Amino acid sequence: MSRHTLSVLVEDKPGVLTRVAALFSRRGFNIESLAVGPTELPELSRMTVVVEVEGSALEQVTKQLNKLIEVLKVVELEPSASVQREILLVKVRADVIARSQIIDTIQLFKAKVVDVSTDAVTIECTGSSAKLRALLEVLEPFGIKELVQSGMVAMGRGSRSITDRSLRHVG
Amino acid sequence: MRGAAIVEGRQPNRKDSVISVSDTTRQAASPADVASLARPRRTPEVPEIPEAPVVQPVLTVTGAQALVLALEHIGADTVFGIPGGAILPAYDPMLDSTKVRHILVRHEQGAGHAAEGYAAATGKVGVCMATSGPGATNLVTPLADAHMDSISMVAITGQVPSGAIGSDAFQEADIRGITMPITKHSYLVTDPGKIAQAIAEAFHIASTGRPGPVLVDISKDALAASTTFTWPPQMDLPGYRPVTHPHGKQIREAARLMAAAARPVFYVGGGVVRGRASEELRELVELTQIPVVTTLMARGTVPDSNPLNLGMPGMHGTVAAVTGLQKSDLIIALGARFDDRVTGQLASFAPGAKVIHADIDPAEISKNRTADVPIVGDVREVIRDLTAHIRAQPRSDDGVRPGAWDFAAWRERVAGWKSEFPLGYTDSEDGTLSPQYVIERIGALSGPDATYVAGVGQHQMWAAQFVQYERPNAWLNSGGLGTMGYAVPAAMGAQVAEPGRTVWAIDGDGCFQMTNQELATCVVNRIPIKVAIINNRSLGMVRQWQTLFYDQRYSNTDLQPTTARVPDFVKLAEAYGCVGLRAETREEVDAMITQALGITDVPVVIDFVVHRDAMVWPMVPAGVSNDRIQAARNEAPVWDREED
Repeated sequence: MSRHTLSVLVEDKPGVLTRVAALFSRRGFNIESLAVGPTELPELSRMTVVVEVEGSALEQVTKQLNKLIEVLKVVELEPSASVQREILLVKVRADVIARSQIIDTIQLFKAKVVDVSTDAVTIECTGSSAKLRALLEVLEPFGIKELVQSGMVAMGRGSRSITDRSLRHVG
Repeated sequence: MRGAAIVEGRQPNRKDSVISVSDTTRQAASPADVASLARPRRTPEVPEIPEAPVVQPVLTVTGAQALVLALEHIGADTVFGIPGGAILPAYDPMLDSTKVRHILVRHEQGAGHAAEGYAAATGKVGVCMATSGPGATNLVTPLADAHMDSISMVAITGQVPSGAIGSDAFQEADIRGITMPITKHSYLVTDPGKIAQAIAEAFHIASTGRPGPVLVDISKDALAASTTFTWPPQMDLPGYRPVTHPHGKQIREAARLMAAAARPVFYVGGGVVRGRASEELRELVELTQIPVVTTLMARGTVPDSNPLNLGMPGMHGTVAAVTGLQKSDLIIALGARFDDRVTGQLASFAPGAKVIHADIDPAEISKNRTADVPIVGDVREVIRDLTAHIRAQPRSDDGVRPGAWDFAAWRERVAGWKSEFPLGYTDSEDGTLSPQYVIERIGALSGPDATYVAGVGQHQMWAAQFVQYERPNAWLNSGGLGTMGYAVPAAMGAQVAEPGRTVWAIDGDGCFQMTNQELATCVVNRIPIKVAIINNRSLGMVRQWQTLFYDQRYSNTDLQPTTARVPDFVKLAEAYGCVGLRAETREEVDAMITQALGITDVPVVIDFVVHRDAMVWPMVPAGVSNDRIQAARNEAPVWDREED
């Protein structure tokens, strides 16, 4: 089993997220993370799906995805040839003494404090999964009260765009 | 509103082409008026418009009228369905349509299977219609069936008004959500202006690429609201681009492997039927002289009378077909999908064979068995290209192509298996009727031009084995999903599609009781199907497994535990207004079949009372290697070891 990041360009129509998610579940593939959002073209959305599959099963996933009428393009993004980011919000126990220690620490991660109260701070950090894991490890001793994380978004490096030549019409 | 703006921009100048709606009554135009105006009329004032894409006049119609007009324009001549609350608006203009025949069935499942039968017999798109909620959920089984067997079908369902969607309204079911994994695509239409487009796209998707079912769910308010109608509508399917033309390099590579093979086999699947490639395939077989196996879904693509046809492979396939694949060194799979019923235990399937796999669906290639030469494309184009490429290769003076292409020794071997292990059966010891004999006689007396539609189980396997198929689309059955109850409604659909043909539903008594209410539809609409009930008073295939693998413990497979006939199928048939016949001895069989063949105005049901311990042979037990095929009970072929 290995981790793969798929970028799926879809038509922005109702039900398309259900279709993609249902396909993964129906064919027995585990989604590790999924993020959906708009693209530079208003009629298109883009999903970033992280899956744990074997090599041959991955081929089956992409073929099945491509069969969905509303899917325009499926691209696997290699970690080395793409930028992959997640966003993390974490609420850490922080009294007056701990607060400054925490602020010092998170600066190493280029994270920032987005909310503060008498006994807690909320920190926002963006980065790769590995970086976010490292940050959490460092924050763990202070006491994590609450944590929320986005799915991964990813984009290929270089000048080419995933939306190039993907809007041919039928009929 | 973008669509509406474009439509208005196309407003033609001809005054008479715009429908006039009375302002005082605000009554919608009658559908008949709408229908007649939507098409070019042969009148002196209006010159006939050529067939080229025509900008149609803009019509103000209801969504329901747009639906019926769209069905008319796309050439749907038959719709099987049942009305109900949410779909009710659509049924009003349906009443006036002279182009679309609506056949009122008795259960929505019947409508779905009838649409499948219609499509499977002709290759046209089958259409069924139901209301929201239970009407729609009753279509789930036929949709799943059509999805598994790649049948082009459009199912139209009514949905509760868009404002009520999500409120658990009366007869509300999220049919689009329910059917997502069992349809090729689906629509929920709440905008009346999108109905025609959805229908056009649905038919396009259902019938192109790998065929399949498409659901169009239309909310009641969209059907009732007014809109404009133009034809053809703009289709917007940027993500749908089926590859039909095969890659030349793959064709050359396939031909190279074929030339070099010693023991090649064509493994032909239902894709050849759906892709209308039977004619081309026969030519390729003739040219290459390579033996062929025709799967359950492909019976008839290559005639059974062709000596190169080894018959059906798989769990109940012929010894020659199963062994031919097992011992081959090259499998040329055409529109087949390496289904588990064909391969048996996958790891030991045809262990010495390389695989050329041609399919229009890239996801089928290397899904189960890795292909050495994958070819994505329309199977007819693949076969044509392959044939042309092989033909173009130079021949030596004696007409033989250089570089092998010599399969004479292999043909002799498979012919040996074919003659040594022919399909057969032994009659029962107590002299009761053999089901195989009945089916054999139906095939012999009705001939290759008839259409044979089966349910699922023992009778289905016998019908696949003992009827000789000479043409594609002559054999209809539920292969992938294995839907008991398919036969009667599917036969009805096939008969409607081809009124001139003899259509037999070869059904089991278990299957028959799942959908026999459609006999009423057949009688009322004069659809004279013939039903042969292979009545062994039990769920025969399950019983066979209980005999073989469950120590003869017949748990819940006995449908008639007493001597009473429950039901009496002859009386049942007569109650519906069919002709009911019965045969219980060998002598009666031909007479009853002949009598049935002579009746062409009403449906006929023949109750063939057969012995219940007949079993389907050959058989490969589930989950084991195909090498362990048994020609009959405890009779495994013994292979000459030196041959291998």
